[in-house]
Amino acid sequence: MQEFVHFLQHDVLARISPPLGALPDQIVLLGAILVGAAPIVAFMAVIAMAWTYGERRIAGFIQARYGPNRVGPEGVLQPLADGIKLLAKEDIAPAGADRPLYELAPLLVFVGALLPFVALPFSEKWVISSMAAGVFYVLAFEAIEVIGIIMAGWAPNSKWSLYGGMRLAAQMVAYEIPMGLCLLTVVALAGTLNLGQICQMQGGAFGVGNWMVWPWVSPFATLAFFMFFVGGLAATKRAPFDLPEAESELVAGFHTEYSGIRFAFFFMAEYAAMYVVCAVATVCFLGGWHGPFREWLAPAAGAPTISDLLGKAVQVKTADGAWFVWANLWGALSVLGKWAFWKPMLYELLGAFYLIAKSFFLLFVMVWMRWTLPRIRIDQVIYMCLKVLLPFSLLCVLGAAAQTVFTDWNLLHWLLSAGK
Amino acid sequence: MDDHPTVLQELRERFGAGAVSVQPTRDGVPTLWVSKELAPDVLRHLKAGVARPYRMLYDLTAIDERMRANRDGQPPSDFTVVYHLLSFDRNDDVRVKVALRGDSPSLRTITDVWPAADWYEREVFDMFGVRFEGHPRLRRILMPPTWVGHPLRKDHPARATEMGPFQLPDAKQDVEQEALQFRPEEWGMRRRSETADFLFLNLGPQHPGTHGVLRLILQLDGEEIVDMVPDIGYHHRGAEKMGERQTWHTYIPYTDRIDYLAGVMNNLPYVMAVEQLGGIDAPARAQTIRVMLCEIFRICSHLVWYGTFAQDIGALSPVFFMFNDRERALQIIECICGARMHPNWFRIGGVAQDLPRGWDKLVRDFLAYMPKRLVEYDRIVMKNRLFQARTRGVGAYTLDEAIEWGVTGPGLRACGFEWDFRKKRPYSGYDQFEFDIPTATHGDCYDRALVRIEEIRQSLRIIEQCVNHMPEGDYKSRHPLATPPLKERTMRDIETLITHFLGVSWGPVIPPGEGFAGIEAPKGNNGYYLVSDGSTWSYRTRIRTPSFPHLQMAPLICRGALIADVLAVLGSIDFVLADVDR
Repeated sequence: MQEFVHFLQHDVLARISPPLGALPDQIVLLGAILVGAAPIVAFMAVIAMAWTYGERRIAGFIQARYGPNRVGPEGVLQPLADGIKLLAKEDIAPAGADRPLYELAPLLVFVGALLPFVALPFSEKWVISSMAAGVFYVLAFEAIEVIGIIMAGWAPNSKWSLYGGMRLAAQMVAYEIPMGLCLLTVVALAGTLNLGQICQMQGGAFGVGNWMVWPWVSPFATLAFFMFFVGGLAATKRAPFDLPEAESELVAGFHTEYSGIRFAFFFMAEYAAMYVVCAVATVCFLGGWHGPFREWLAPAAGAPTISDLLGKAVQVKTADGAWFVWANLWGALSVLGKWAFWKPMLYELLGAFYLIAKSFFLLFVMVWMRWTLPRIRIDQVIYMCLKVLLPFSLLCVLGAAAQTVFTDWNLLHWLLSAGK
Repeated sequence: MDDHPTVLQELRERFGAGAVSVQPTRDGVPTLWVSKELAPDVLRHLKAGVARPYRMLYDLTAIDERMRANRDGQPPSDFTVVYHLLSFDRNDDVRVKVALRGDSPSLRTITDVWPAADWYEREVFDMFGVRFEGHPRLRRILMPPTWVGHPLRKDHPARATEMGPFQLPDAKQDVEQEALQFRPEEWGMRRRSETADFLFLNLGPQHPGTHGVLRLILQLDGEEIVDMVPDIGYHHRGAEKMGERQTWHTYIPYTDRIDYLAGVMNNLPYVMAVEQLGGIDAPARAQTIRVMLCEIFRICSHLVWYGTFAQDIGALSPVFFMFNDRERALQIIECICGARMHPNWFRIGGVAQDLPRGWDKLVRDFLAYMPKRLVEYDRIVMKNRLFQARTRGVGAYTLDEAIEWGVTGPGLRACGFEWDFRKKRPYSGYDQFEFDIPTATHGDCYDRALVRIEEIRQSLRIIEQCVNHMPEGDYKSRHPLATPPLKERTMRDIETLITHFLGVSWGPVIPPGEGFAGIEAPKGNNGYYLVSDGSTWSYRTRIRTPSFPHLQMAPLICRGALIADVLAVLGSIDFVLADVDR
């Protein structure tokens, strides 16, 4: 960390302007975090906005009506208009609310939805942190949301919120278990917790042959995929598991008493959480960035990477600050003209396209289900989790473990000889 | 008729010849006066003592007799409490009247005979100030607890303009706000049991799941309903009181607004009751038009129910499809009547206008379109496994409970009892039509839904027969009391002109008497009990609506269920708050 801060101070900031290089470590670090977080927040916001619009248009299509189609061409600017509206709304809190908790809750939910993006790959090389325990990390931070929502349920001093919060707590905590077990199935088969590595091994024929979800790879993973998706619906409180905000019962559940930008946080967090679940499902089961024709663009062994190219291009060094930036910018731009740059770039872009497209397809299925299915009751939700998903996901883990053992002779031999 | 002894003979045998006196009425329902001391015993005897008993308390109301001029042969009375009982075995009714004297009358409650009498007695207390001794919780039901006076008494003003300006001084505001404080004890609920503190949840009066301004007080242990108390009256508009100040004719638009989903279906029992009092017969064409429009409205009402029921269960899309189809049906209504939800189309003696040119094409198009949609709805709603999981075995009641609590309509038929007033007591020419009475067996939410959906199909059958066999002839009776009178001869002879003038300006003078007409409305049995004092307006208009007893029964089937089930039950009952509160 210290090294990174020093690098920023000496090699970047000081070169732009010497006084900048004299900034204290803490400020530099904070700035770096903010600059680094901005793209994630932006990506999350764009996904949330795109899907509020998408959901409403799809709902309109399903329900034989239009949906938003007035703001901008085909209504695509509707989420912006909504965002402005929500920002401009009066900030109302109920009289008996527990103010600190009330204000903290939406932020916590938002952060809980944001953090999984850190470990989530967008493409083969485009991942913020390719951490070894990626699966674990994503699951853990998805669960932070629960705390925020329990707070949101408790803080406004409203019984509707309380019921929504309690329902969600019961539901999410329950469904964490089968969801975790379903991912464990994949982990057992892949032998790693790293999301990138799990994804990497799923290429196969034509980029689709080796996806975890295919029964010939592992029938247990096939089953686990569907159970993970069902669990994901429950964890993101989507129909038929939308009890925490069941309109006809609980008015709006845990966010009944929230309006304006606080409500927007919940809303964005919901869509971000949906994307995370779908992206994890895509990475773990649906081959992530793998897809047809992508291998054609695969870089040959030893070919320069994008960062190599960029590194070469920005070697221009001048002594005095101001020109440095522009010269390097020019160097960076000049790279854009080279096929050697575009080939790996397209390779990554196509990967990102496949990953996001598959995730969006799953999101579409979620939306589709919401506008089609009725809601189930809380006892049925828990029944479904504990008596259906849990046993079957355990079965999947055991099956996957057995499959790993029996298809790996070395491991089997080691296990059999371990007792001697 | 048959060789069974009449109800009068049976009662005289049991209670002595002097105990019961008879009053003739226009509707032919045996109307018997008994003393206030004897009344509960007579009612109990009629319910349990006689062969082929009167098992259902169909209606319970009162009449303020103090201003009534034409009471020939009736015992002296200031307030008359009227019990209307129904016997399914006899397919007959009996009306028991009890004369009460004085300004603060009282008599014994019959809640121990019929639990359904609870709300009815509270309503009579609220509206007339008649006290029912021994009633478990005799509080106001439709009016706010702070209301002064009893609205259906003749000395209570009917219009706000008769009441002086409204003022809300601080002292009054404090009283009003104090009255709004929630104390579980007042609603007959305990705050805690040995093992748990209960949580009280106000579902409504503004809530997306209650289909209108209904307040349900839920006593909860976790998500489980310990008890539920409906608080009604938020939609009360004094429809019965208005009946006493509008002319016979100008009251028709008010009836539209009782069950606002059923449109002209509300006109029908009212005009039938008035026609009964006036001795008017509607011509065959008018009757068939009425049947056709009523059945179209039955489909409209059931479609709204279908969609909102699915929405209560959490399926958000079906309601849009059903409203689209209702729109198609309402377009037919609009072409024929000119209005959609409140067409106000039936008249005393017929309907307002003849059918427009080309009406049959519209109806035939709808008949061709609708059945396919119903098949699709079966697929997306009724055959959905989640939907079935939410509705099967939820909110079930037995046939005995249904009869005990005064359930009529699809709710009764869902218990397996084939009882439809269109078949059992055909009115408006329903005996001329071929249709089946759909029934189901379990009496749960799912079965009530099944019955209604099958009723839509049967209604389509009836409408088809109407289109194919629409009789020619007058659309309105030529009877002088038919309103507004036919105009074609007014410019030829002065007598017709005078009759027309009076009929339009004052409205018809209906001869004194009492009459009742009930029909099979979409939600159950809807009936109008009219008392004429020989005037241009009704002396007493009693509207017996199905939603009132049905909603009263909801707590019975919700206890022990979960919050989500309450919404399923409410949806499956299919009530309209305007129909409950009137």
